[in-house]
This record gives sequence, structure tokens and C-alpha cells, in this order.
Amino acid sequence: MSNTMTTDNWIKVAQEADFATDVGGCIKHHNKHIAIFNINNRTEWYAIDNICPHKGQNVLSRGIVGDTDGEPKVACPLHKNAFLLKTGQCISDETTPGVRSYEIKCENGEIFINLTT
Amino acid sequence: MIRHNKKNIVVIGNGMVGCKFCANLIDQDEENQFEIITFCEEPRPAYDRVHLSEYFSGKSAKDLELKPMEWYFANGITLHLEDAVSKIDRANKTVFSKKGREIEYDTLILATGSAAFVPPIPGVEKEGVFVYRTIEDLDEMMAYAKNCKSATVIGGGLLGLEAAKATKDMGLATSVVEFAPKLMPRQLDDVAAHRLLQLIEDQDIKCYLNHITTAIEGDGKVEKMTFKGNDDLQTDMVVVSAGIRPRDELAKECGLEVGDRGGVIVDDNLLTSDPDIYAIGEVALHNNFIYGLVAPGYQMTEVVVDQLLGKEAKFTGADMSTKLKLIGTDVASFGNFEGTDVEHDTVVIDDPKKGVYKKLVISEDNKKLLGGILVGDASAYANCLMMYQNGTDLPENPMDLIQSGGGSSAVLAMPDETQICTCENVSKGDILQAMEEHDCCNATEIKNCTRAGSGCGGCVPIVNQLVKAKLKADGKDVNESICEHFNFDRIEMFNRIKADKIKTFEDLLIKHGKGSGCEICKPAAASILASLWNEPVHRFHNLQDTNDHFLANMQKNGSYSVIPRLPGGEVTADKLIVIGQVAKKYNLYVKLTGGQRIAMLGARVDQLPDIWKELLDAGFESGQAYGKSLRTIKSCVGQSWCRFGVQDSSGLAVEMENRYKGLRSPHKLKSAVSGCTRECAEARSKDFGVIATDKGWNLYVSGNGGMQPQHGLLLAADIDKETVLKYTDRFLMYYVRTADKLTRTSTWLNNLDGGIEHLKDVIINDSLGICDELDKQMEYHINTYECDWRAALDNKEFMKRFRSFINTDETDKTIQFEINREQIQPKMANV
Ligand SMILES: Cc1cc2nc3c(=O)[nH]c(=O)nc-3n(C[C@H](O)[C@H](O)[C@H](O)COP(=O)(O)OP(=O)(O)OC[C@H]3O[C@@H](n4cnc5c(N)ncnc54)[C@H](O)[C@@H]3O)c2cc1C
Ligand code: HEM
Ligand code: SF4
Ligand code: SF4
Ligand code: FES
Repeated sequence: MSNTMTTDNWIKVAQEADFATDVGGCIKHHNKHIAIFNINNRTEWYAIDNICPHKGQNVLSRGIVGDTDGEPKVACPLHKNAFLLKTGQCISDETTPGVRSYEIKCENGEIFINLTT
Repeated sequence: MIRHNKKNIVVIGNGMVGCKFCANLIDQDEENQFEIITFCEEPRPAYDRVHLSEYFSGKSAKDLELKPMEWYFANGITLHLEDAVSKIDRANKTVFSKKGREIEYDTLILATGSAAFVPPIPGVEKEGVFVYRTIEDLDEMMAYAKNCKSATVIGGGLLGLEAAKATKDMGLATSVVEFAPKLMPRQLDDVAAHRLLQLIEDQDIKCYLNHITTAIEGDGKVEKMTFKGNDDLQTDMVVVSAGIRPRDELAKECGLEVGDRGGVIVDDNLLTSDPDIYAIGEVALHNNFIYGLVAPGYQMTEVVVDQLLGKEAKFTGADMSTKLKLIGTDVASFGNFEGTDVEHDTVVIDDPKKGVYKKLVISEDNKKLLGGILVGDASAYANCLMMYQNGTDLPENPMDLIQSGGGSSAVLAMPDETQICTCENVSKGDILQAMEEHDCCNATEIKNCTRAGSGCGGCVPIVNQLVKAKLKADGKDVNESICEHFNFDRIEMFNRIKADKIKTFEDLLIKHGKGSGCEICKPAAASILASLWNEPVHRFHNLQDTNDHFLANMQKNGSYSVIPRLPGGEVTADKLIVIGQVAKKYNLYVKLTGGQRIAMLGARVDQLPDIWKELLDAGFESGQAYGKSLRTIKSCVGQSWCRFGVQDSSGLAVEMENRYKGLRSPHKLKSAVSGCTRECAEARSKDFGVIATDKGWNLYVSGNGGMQPQHGLLLAADIDKETVLKYTDRFLMYYVRTADKLTRTSTWLNNLDGGIEHLKDVIINDSLGICDELDKQMEYHINTYECDWRAALDNKEFMKRFRSFINTDETDKTIQFEINREQIQPKMANV
């Protein structure tokens, strides 16, 4: 497996250049799928669960990214439920639970996430 | 000279009205009693003078022609081209022509029209002074303009502004000089004229009002103009458009009564002072009035034809409603727009910022429309004119007529039990109740409250419409914004993208929006960008729809469908084998779709490029099943095989599918072609459908299967293939241009002001003057079409997306299948 553990809880997941600009992508860590998004021309990075709690499919990384009131969000490609990228909260439907969000950082062209957050 | 027992009808002038007269008489003369001889002074048979300006924007003289030469031959009309009548001998009922012809008549029709009126300003004879009336005038103007930098039009009326627009489009710095204190003084009130002035000046045409020209000066040719009490104006050429002067010289000479200011005097029978001579069109002076428009002239032809056939008919005046056909400027007026001499009320929308002014003059009892003016947005013109001319009762709230998007009351008329969301079983009544009890005022709030739209989402557009119609009916503000990022609707977005030549979503956001967009505005903008600029470089950058993301439809478990195009539903055995091989290799589920093609389902995102490469190599191309664009054109086998077929329906379907494939639109487009009236391809349930007839094809539009089935309406009957394509081109482009996001053609037409009649008018009669542009846009689409998948496979950045994971080459094992009826089907994880 290509993931390397660092001294703290940060996991290096991929090169920044592996991600296409301003859309999502998915990484796999053990059996977990994490959706990673970059927006505003690669200046902001976010990580949330890839699984949509509505129907349990691993698809959120393939949704359309946008914002509501300035807060970045992604709309699920299956039924357009929307989740905030910072917190994972579902904002479109009161009955759908949110997803987990994770710390993420980009250093020297490499992307790290912290799954303990 | 040949004499037979038929009556000789001699028509002087083969202009718009003269030609119409011939056509009407031929149509009605069932007993073949008349022999028609017509003199045409111009070097070509009658052409569409109303659309003369299009000669500048690329229409040929041939395009403008009303009837081809063959038509005159075929109908036994003797047409003397380039030969003017020089004398009428009433005593011997004979006309003489310049070329020496001498023809006896039983009845004479004067349809000599009018000439541009050139006021006796000193210097009008100079080189560089033109009038704007015939194709020859335009040829001369174009030749002269090559050496000019500026032009000035004398006259700020309907024609003058049209001429100004033409010189502007020739690249000349253009000014308009008007002696009245406002533009179009005969058609507009003060406020409207003021708005128009802004619109015209916005197009970089300078207007000088209150300017009385005293001389045109220059050494042999035009150099400048001088005015009474105003500064001189330098200009390289002058176009005089100061009104018209009836061509009554022949009439005068033979002693017919003419008016003081010109025009052959006619009575309600349109007879001149000689009972064997009629006058029609712009030369006729009826009730001391010259009708300078074509429609009244056409009405006159009907009256005279009826009289010749011994029927009762009178001409008692006609409507002077007009719509100015300046590209980019909507101006129209009709009826008694100033409310002169009657008790009346007015309803006004005035929005100076947008340059919009709309006024309706209504009767005191609020029942009838008496007249009106529309500036800046004349979309309601057709509807208003219809109401005005038919004397139809006004809707309860006349404002609805002129509010943008007015007329969507159809949803409101549905019974309360109508089911709107089938997934969640929510009725129209439930939604209205939610609006009332919980103050819901948009689709999202309705969804949270009633769950309507939370299933497959297919009903959201109807929910939206219903909410808007209800709010409007209650007199509440309707938010027409696409979403929080753009505070205007899709049509406005289309116009802004087009006007500012915006090529990317980011650019659009910076110039006209805020924030970073969302799942609503991104697909809407992407679709518009794709329909306007089909450019490969921008295409991938702008792909914003869920399905576009991977050029495939996502299925419920996150896998994708693969659907190659099979134009007209035809496929060779060899290609069918390739589909079988691909499906087998990648273990895909295979099913025939409702649109006569083959779907392969269950592909993982990382498999898509390989699968498509194999299909492309075998000669397939993308079926765009993922896009809001043309799906398929179903067809029956038609004449080639079927015992009943009368036309080659499969052939037409293939041709149309190849023509429109890849066209991005507000919603998906489906179509079908049937080879005879038995309608096996079910064309009337499609967005556009064609059904063969003995004489050609019938074209139906805006049908729908889907959630709210409805039959397509007949747009045109018995037309040939070229016309089918032409009308379909325009229909589609007009829809792409004016429909709201995610609106199918059926809903669009149901909500279109004026409905199918308006649509016919736009597409067939070019009532908005936009056909040329629509045609060009379609041509552009056809020329720039490229298979998405072929282009995508060559695009490295785009291909980055096609991996299950970014950090490993493993495939997504959570996508699982089980076997059912010998094929795979998604095995859903339990939530
Ligand atoms: C640029 C332009 C834009 C216009 N836009 C509009 C519009 O938007 N809406 C609208 O309703 N109207 C419009 N009009 C007006 C419309 O074109 C006229 O109302 C219409 O053409 C009148 O038809 P007619 O047959 O009476 O005259 P014409 O079309 O002028 O035809 C008369 C013909 O008779 C010929 N003729 C004259 N004397 C003789 C003779 N002695 N022997 C043989 N032939 C002769 C002339 O050469 C001419 O070809 C426009 C006109 C122009 C010039
Ligand atoms: C000899 C004449 C006919 C021929 C050759 C013919 C041929 C066909 C063919 C090949 C199909 C496609 C079948 C499939 O997809 O499996 C079809 C479908 C159909 N036909 Fe016919 N048919 C004939 C007459 C008719 C008539 C007279 C009607 C109607 C009154 C009709 C109605 C239909 C309908 C409704 C369909 C289904 C369309 C769809 O699949 O969407 N057919 N026909
Ligand atoms: S394919 Fe069938 S299940 Fe899916 S949206 Fe269409 S009708 Fe509904
Ligand atoms: S529509 Fe007419 S031509 Fe076509 S298959 Fe049916 S019966 Fe034959
Ligand atoms: S599975 Fe994500 S919204 Fe339905």
C-alpha cells in the first residue's frame, strides 16, 4: 500500500498533482474511502467521507462542488443531497445524517490528512 | 395581342402587395376566369422588402424572393420583368410599357407602391446620398460604404433606425438625425421613445433630435451636413429616410383622382375614380390615409380578389401595429397606444435600469385591451396583439400579460388531486397547502416540508413552476434567480454569456455572479456554454453536470452506463458483434433502451476509457446518453421495407440524428420519425417528431412521454425534407435560447406566450427577425460537433478523473453485483 505513516497522525496520501483542478477525487486508506476536494484553483483542500449516508454508496467525491452562503459544499451525484465540506453536515435534507470531515493539508506539493480528527 | 374568353387582369407593380394579389387570385380563381399580366419595373420579381436589411447580414436576393420565376410560369402569370408601364389609356382600357408593350385590360390593378420621399434639401443630389428601398439601393450603398468611415441617417422613424443599424453593421460610425423631439414619433409615446433612445445609443448609434437639416455640403460628394441652429455634422454618406411618397404618377397622368399629398384615392371597394381600376398597397389613399405597412396591403388584396369573384367585401381600415426588427432592440406598439379619445386605464412596467418599458392601455371596465407599447422586451407582443385584434377578454390581472414569463397559469389550472411527485405521492393540493400553512416559497422548502422532489428529483421543475405560478397569482414577489450565485434566470444567463462572449464558468461567476457556484448553476451554465461555443478547448473545463463529469450516467450503486449512438436505431451485424464482445469482456449488463439503442450497464469509472476506446475503434461514437442533449431519433423501417410506408423514415431519422447529435440543451431531447400515418415510431410523444405523408412530412413539436404525457402539436404540414430540417433547426435553437433550466420542450411551449401560434410565427414567418441567427447557430453546432469520448481520450488532465482511487490502482470493491436472469445487477450495501 502506498500510504506512509508519519510521526504524528498525519498520513501522506498523494501528490497534489495527482488531483484534477477544482473537482473531487477519492483516496483509499485501509478499507476507508475518503473524498478529497480542492477548490478556488487548488488553494483550499477538504476531506470528508466518500460514502453518502442517504443510500450508502461511495460516490461523494464525484459530486459537484460549490458553495452556499460562502461555505463550500458538495452535492451527491445520486440524489443531490448537499454536504458542507468543512463539517460534513447535510444541509439539504433534515432526515439525512451528515458525514465525517477530516483535517487536511498540502505541503510541498504533497497532500496529508488526519483521520483521527 | 392574344385575346381569349378569359378576363385580362393587368397588375402594375410586382412588389409585395402586387405579388400577393396575384397569388390570392390564382388560389381563388377556381373556374380559371382570369388571365394575369403583371409589370415589374425592378430587375427581379417581388421580394421581401420588409426584411430588406437582411440583405446586409448575408441573405441573398434569391433568399428574399417571395415566389420563384417558375411559380409565375407554372400558374400562367405573364410577368414582364424590368419593364415599367409608362402610360394608361383609360378610354381604350390599354396600358403601354417602356419596352413598347401594349396590353388591353378588363380590370387594372395599381400596385405601384411608393418611393422614398427625399425632401428638397440643398445638396441631396450629391454623390453619397442614398435612399433605402430596393435591393439596388442597398448594392449601391454597400459599394460606396467601402470608402467611408461614417454615415448619417435623416429620419428617426421605423425605417431610419433600421437603415442606421445597417450602416452601423457595415462598420460605419453612425448617426441619426430627427427633426421631431423624439424617435419613432408615430409609434411611441414620450417615455417609450426615451427608452428607445437609450437602447439605440447603447448600440453606439448617435441620435440628434430636434435637428432640422438645412443643407448637405461637400465638393461633388457628401462631406458634412448643416442644421438650423445646431452644429454641423461631418459625415461621409447620407441615407434619407424621411418618409414615403406614393408612386401615383401614372394615375395622375391619366386623370385619376389623387390626394393633395399624393396617393391614389380609393373608396371602401378600393376602386379609384375609374370603376375598372383598383389601387392597393402603399399607393392607395384610403380615408385620406396611406398604410405604410405590408399587412394592410395584404388585406387589400383579399378585398379586391373577393370583389373580382363577385363576393361582398369592403376595406374599412387596418391595424397599424408594428414591431421594430432591430437586432438587440425590442420595440413594438399596437392599437391606440396613447389612449387617445377614449376613457381608459393604463398598466405600466417601467424599469429604466434594464431599459424596459411596457404599457398596456385597457378599457375602463378592465375588460379589453385597447393598445400598448413594449420597449426593451417585446416578448409579450404576439400575445397582446392577439388579444387586441380578437377583442378577447383580458385576464383578471392584465399585468400578467407583460410580466416576464407570464402565462404559466397552466399548472394552476390542474385539479388539486393531480399527483406531482410520484415517488413520494405528493399532490398539487399538498403543495399548495404547504405553501399556505408553512409559508414555503421555493422548491427546497417544499421538499423539506412535503418530501416532493426528494426521490428521483424529476418533479422539481413542475414544483418550481407551481410555486412560482401560485406566488404570482397571490401577487407575491417571485424569485426568478437560478440560485444564490446568480440573481437572474437561465434566459438572462444565456443572453449575458452571449453578449459578453463568456467562455468559462469562472469568468461568468466573476462578471455576473458571486461565490463559487453550485450544483444548480454550474450545469445550467455548462449547458449554455456548450450550446453557444462548442469549442473543444473549453469543453472539458466546463463539464459541470454529474453525468458529464465522467461522460456517463451514474447508476444507483455508483457504476456507470455505456451507450453508443445507433443513429435511427440501425446497427450492422458486425457492430452488434462488437457490442457483444465488449459487454462480455467487461461483464456488463445489456438491455435495449426505450430509444432503440443498446445500453451496457455496470462499468466502473476506471473501466470507462478502455471500454470507449474499443467502441470507438469499431466505429461507434458517444450516444450522449449522459447529457442534457439529443438522445435518440427512433424510427420505423418506413418505405424501404414496410408495406404501408410512404417515405424513407429511417433515412430521415439517421440524417436528423447525425445533424443534432451532441446539441446541448436545457433538458434532454427525444425524437422519432414514422414512415406513415400509422405512427409506429410514436413521433407525437417526442420533443420533435416527424410523420410521413403522401406529400412530404408533418412536423410535430413539444410532445412528451415522461411524467406528464402530451401529444406534440403540428408545426407545419406536408413540407419537404429541407424544410423539416430548417424548421427543426430553428425550433431547437429557439428552445435552447429561451427555455428555463431543466425545462422540457413541452413545458416550455405550454408556458410560452402565444403558444404554438407564436412559435409558428417565429419559426416560419421570422416574426422576431432572429431566424438568420438561429440558423447560423445551428450551422455552427453542426460544424463543430466532435464525439466527446474521442476528444476526452486525448485529454490527459481530464483522464486523471478516471480512477477509482488517486492513491492506488486498486479497483473499488464496494461496487458489487449479483446475478439475476443470467445477467449482473447491482447488489446494494445495507445502509
Ligand atoms: C427597409 C424597409 C423596411 C420595412 N419594414 C417594414 C416592416 O417591418 N413592417 C411592415 O409592415 N412594413 C415594412 N416596410 C414597408 C413595406 O415594405 C411596404 O409596406 C410594402 O412593400 C408595400 O408593398 P407595395 O406592393 O404596395 O409596394 P412595393 O413593395 O414598393 O412594390 C411596388 C412595386 O411596383 C413597382 N412599380 C412602381 N411603378 C411601376 C410602374 N409604372 N410599372 C411597373 N412597376 C412599377 C416598383 O418598382 C415596386 O417594385 C418596410 C419597407 C422598407 C423599405
Ligand atoms: C406492416 C407494418 C408494420 C411493420 C413492418 C412494423 C414494424 C415494427 C417494428 C420493427 C417495431 C419495433 C419492434 C421492437 O422494437 O421490438 C415496431 C414497433 C411498434 N409498432 Fe409496428 N409495425 C407495423 C405496423 C404497425 C402498426 C399499424 C402500428 C400501430 C397501429 C404499429 C405500432 C407499433 C408500436 C406502438 C411499436 C412500439 C414502438 C416502440 O418500441 O417504442 N406497428 N413496429
Ligand atoms: S429508468 Fe425507470 S426507474 Fe429510472 S428514472 Fe426512468 S422510469 Fe424511473
Ligand atoms: S409508421 Fe407506417 S411506414 Fe412506418 S412501420 Fe408503421 S406502418 Fe410502416
Ligand atoms: S445517495 Fe447521496 S443523495 Fe441519495
